[in-house]
Amino acid sequence: MPEHIISSKLYIGIWATLMCLTVITASVAFIDLGPLNTVVALVIATLKALLVVLFFMHVKYTSEKLTKMVIVAAIFWLLILLFLSLADYSTRGVIHAGMS
Amino acid sequence: MADTPLMTEHEEGLQHQFVDMEQQRNAASLGMWLFLATEIMFFGGMFLAYLVYRYWYYPEFAAGSRSIDIVLGTVNTAVLICSSLTVALGVKAAQLGKRKTLVTLLLITILLGLAFLAIKGIEWYDKFEEHHVPGRSFSAQDLIEKYPQIHIDPAPTQIYFSLYFAMTGLHALHMIIGVGIFAFLTYHAWKGRYTPEYHTPIEIGGLYWHFVDIVWIYLFPLLYLIDRKPLK
Repeated sequence: MPEHIISSKLYIGIWATLMCLTVITASVAFIDLGPLNTVVALVIATLKALLVVLFFMHVKYTSEKLTKMVIVAAIFWLLILLFLSLADYSTRGVIHAGMS
Repeated sequence: MADTPLMTEHEEGLQHQFVDMEQQRNAASLGMWLFLATEIMFFGGMFLAYLVYRYWYYPEFAAGSRSIDIVLGTVNTAVLICSSLTVALGVKAAQLGKRKTLVTLLLITILLGLAFLAIKGIEWYDKFEEHHVPGRSFSAQDLIEKYPQIHIDPAPTQIYFSLYFAMTGLHALHMIIGVGIFAFLTYHAWKGRYTPEYHTPIEIGGLYWHFVDIVWIYLFPLLYLIDRKPLK
């Protein structure tokens, strides 16, 4: 099977979307959304990362299931690192309060 | 036995352990993704440190974050996104065997990478001028005066700037390595080494460049954006 060749138009469309999302995320940062500021910034960042991975890095068009598995495993591993560690640090005060 | 050749004829650029070019390409791409998985864990440790310290010392992180130039940060994000486009178009040019287009796009990518590093240099220079570099000359006095609404302790403010320099520094190191890789690719592309049948190095180098772009896509909101809202 030959390589899938993506049209230049699609690449430029992805680029334009990424630029728009950058301007949006930088502008929204100045509006007070309370705790949602962090959520919005990270959701937009994830959206941008997803576009880069799927189109620029050709993951949407790859037939290799092994490659996709490596990517999913890498993200899963990162989430274990982040979530378990943050669960620890963010509940330490609670445990101390209960013991005293 | 000596009469029968052990080697059989195969496509140019095909290593003999692979069945065909597609298998060879997929194996190289899989290897690169495995490397990128280790890179995710490499940067992941720093992101975790940032999140934990930000949770502990929120006011200091908010003040530190406000002191970084958001315009330079946004411009740098745009520069990297443009460079990712030139890389993606470069891989396409390699797939189609357009040598001149490939070399041009690779050169533009290198220039954009250097532009990113130059802008990062300006940003760091400003931090040195403002005494925001952790160490003996560090001072958070300007931030304390500028933001009387928030209680700022100078010591944890140094932690913010330590992480800022460590994370942007590690990212910049990856950019410098990326520029080196692309210089290598440009030279070989100019020599005409890459064809529609064999251009794995372009594809693999591209994956690396896009990955470094993605790291920045996350560094940008975390370091520059999320503590930027107006103070009450």
